[in-house]
Amino acid sequence: MSAINPLNRSMTTDFDSRNMDWYIDKFVQSIVFVAGISAIIFIIGIFVFITMEGLGFLLEDFSFREFFLSPFWEPSDEDAPEYGILALVAGTASVTGLAMVVAIPFSLGAAIFIGEFASGKMREYLKVLVELLAAIPSVVWGFIGLSIMNPLIIDLFDVPVGLNVLNAGIILGLMAAPIMTSIAEDALKAVPDRYREAAEALGATRWQVIFKTVLPAAKNGLLGAVLLGVGRGFGETMAVLMATGHAVNIPGSLFDPVRALTATIAAELGETAVGSPHYQALFTIGIFLFIITFLINLTADLIVRGIRKG
Amino acid sequence: MFAESALNIRNKRVQNLFRILFLMMTVLLIIPVVIILATLVAKGGSIISIDFLFTDPTNGMTAGGIFPALLGTVWIVAVALLASVPLGVAAAIYLNEYAGDNWFTRIIQLAIINLAGVPSIVHALFGVGAFVIFFGFGTSILAASLTLAIMTLPVVIVSTRESLRAVPQAFREACWNMGATRWQTIRRVVLPNAVSGILTGVILEVSRTTGETAPIMFTGAAFFLPFLPQGVFDQTMALSLHLFVVATQVPGVPDNLPFGVALVLIAMVLLMNSISIAFRMYLRGKKKW
Amino acid sequence: MVDMNVNLAAANKIEDPAYSAPVKLGVSDLTIRYGGTPALSGVNLEVREHEIFGIIGPANAGKTSFLKTLNRMDTFNTNMSVEGEILFNGLNVQNLKNIYALRSRIGVVFPLPVGLPLTIYENVALSPRLRGIRRKSELDVIVERCLSRAALWDEVKDRLDSLGSLLSGGQQQRLTIARALSQEPDLLMLDEFSIAVDPVTTMRIEDVLKELKHDMTIILVTNLVQQARRLADRTAFFLEGECVEVGITEDLFTGEVQDQRTRDYVEGKFG
Repeated sequence: MSAINPLNRSMTTDFDSRNMDWYIDKFVQSIVFVAGISAIIFIIGIFVFITMEGLGFLLEDFSFREFFLSPFWEPSDEDAPEYGILALVAGTASVTGLAMVVAIPFSLGAAIFIGEFASGKMREYLKVLVELLAAIPSVVWGFIGLSIMNPLIIDLFDVPVGLNVLNAGIILGLMAAPIMTSIAEDALKAVPDRYREAAEALGATRWQVIFKTVLPAAKNGLLGAVLLGVGRGFGETMAVLMATGHAVNIPGSLFDPVRALTATIAAELGETAVGSPHYQALFTIGIFLFIITFLINLTADLIVRGIRKG
Repeated sequence: MFAESALNIRNKRVQNLFRILFLMMTVLLIIPVVIILATLVAKGGSIISIDFLFTDPTNGMTAGGIFPALLGTVWIVAVALLASVPLGVAAAIYLNEYAGDNWFTRIIQLAIINLAGVPSIVHALFGVGAFVIFFGFGTSILAASLTLAIMTLPVVIVSTRESLRAVPQAFREACWNMGATRWQTIRRVVLPNAVSGILTGVILEVSRTTGETAPIMFTGAAFFLPFLPQGVFDQTMALSLHLFVVATQVPGVPDNLPFGVALVLIAMVLLMNSISIAFRMYLRGKKKW
Repeated sequence: MVDMNVNLAAANKIEDPAYSAPVKLGVSDLTIRYGGTPALSGVNLEVREHEIFGIIGPANAGKTSFLKTLNRMDTFNTNMSVEGEILFNGLNVQNLKNIYALRSRIGVVFPLPVGLPLTIYENVALSPRLRGIRRKSELDVIVERCLSRAALWDEVKDRLDSLGSLLSGGQQQRLTIARALSQEPDLLMLDEFSIAVDPVTTMRIEDVLKELKHDMTIILVTNLVQQARRLADRTAFFLEGECVEVGITEDLFTGEVQDQRTRDYVEGKFG
């Protein structure tokens, strides 16, 4: 019964002593702190490990001029291997560029419709649909490019092969669009309603409100969405591996087959001996990809966050 | 009067025009996907059967089922979850419950964003360099799963953090005022009210992990194996890679086989995403405060 | 001359044996700053055992900041700095080894009721559980006793399994009080508890406080001067970060004040 009298408790126990709970709290705090910084450790780890594997090439066979300016990627030529990624960069850039041409208008249009026009249930359904589209795995997209788009392009444009910039660009555009849509829609949602109300109070119509008020206010977020789309296109592997035609080639038309940076690694890593110059060169491409996507993501984040603070 | 209403009518028309334009763009985004899914079902549906799911591939993978790949995917996903869920949840707890609003936290957030943005093939290279070679796991389920775990860690962290953030601060303060330590507060009040949200994030991660191909190609998944994995140091087949293999690497595969594999893969992924979404909606409808 | 008399009268009453109980909480030269800007400066006062100590004053007087420093909730706000000495049961709260133990002895009731998103039962059983009490029978006793003392038991005894966060505002505030009581505190601090509560519930809670006074010390921060008059033995008047004066409540209301501003405030001339 002594517990019922509050005074007893204050008199009998020394309340200023550390107990089990105090130590458990400190322990948990250090555990979750380590988990918290794990992301930093992993990012640094990724950079360190791929650099370590690629280091031999970087120190010996690597020539800045050849690597970035030569269009010849012939690492398995026994007499005079050549490690130029220009054509691969061109392949990645052309596919990503076309993907953005496809994805930007549609994803922004869809974001505007979902965010500004659709209401209630309709908006809810569309958002779910967009989320589901974003979930389709890239290998399935690659397979679609290979087995559905390929014959379609051959039929429609009367070309011998349908695995080319056009195919991969469209596939990549369809892949990137849902993610860009949902990020863009978030950016539109972040524009406070009072902006819209103020513009409407001045007699602006809905579309005037959208074009003159909402879009300018959300432009950083929208730009961030586009940049993340670009980053995604740049880093996509399986879809471009299966749909580009996989030929080292600086494309002259939409119907030329190309080869992407990522796809080169995916296709060749399995055939190279660990530690060989070819193997190390593939890791060097990895370093390049890591740095590029790091910069793209960093920029996107700075742009998006910049507006949130302002 | 008359002029004004004419203007109104014009504005209404313009607005409707835009409305229809944007609707068309939305629909055009969706229609190809619907057509594609329909094609997958039409071409691959015929091969799907219980036998297809539960028998081994035969005749150099040109016939038979996908059981080893299906089982391998389960292995890889399960091990990846074992690694990434505790780590991701703990990291989210740190970020939401302990970390202050300062430059250090900002750097962690940047690292998470970049971890999500690093191309999957670069994650694969990291997995080869770190797990396969440096830590000596060889090409194994363990190496593949750890690679995937790191790659999908941001999914767990972000979704967990969001559900932690949804628990109002007033509840924490009430607990702290009672003399609860931070951890007691998290364990007794915050986590029980965030756990369902965390679960939706985990389901999402399962879906993501199931579909990934590039990160496991060189770290643990094999094109074909005559046996099933016995432990985490074995290689395994995996469904996503199996699709790539039967679609591109094996000659003489009947048309409906890769379509069937793609259909199973996409069905698994979409099913898990749908469960996650439905769960989220159910939770939103359930008022707790 | 008049002022002198007033002071003497006040001094006489403070020396009255009824107000010479042991000191529960001694505050000297307390200054609180938010990022350099003082929110409260140079506070000196003593709270005695088994009294209801009222704190009145308009918004931004520093009342809530004052309460936060007493149970060291300032540790959660890196922007907040505290100088001076706060002795609780004779121990300086600024350099305790275990501030959680300190907080567990001080019950706090907020302006807005916070029913935790746990069942009503678990809301009240939480603090005993944190102290390590696990036996269901023991918890049952505590839960019933605390809910009864907070005048809530009769209303909720048939639905102890429903969520505490979904009760009505008045019920949640009484649940908050029951939860504070479950800590078995020596000090109960209430911060404008009646802001979000209907008048009937307010009166019920006031009756509860009068009872509780026998078992613990109570600090009652209130924006209602009449509430202080009804409940508090002694009252402090805070204004714009300053403790203007501390006196026997009745004196403050009958004009026996040391500072004209106190009189103006209790008479409703500002605030």
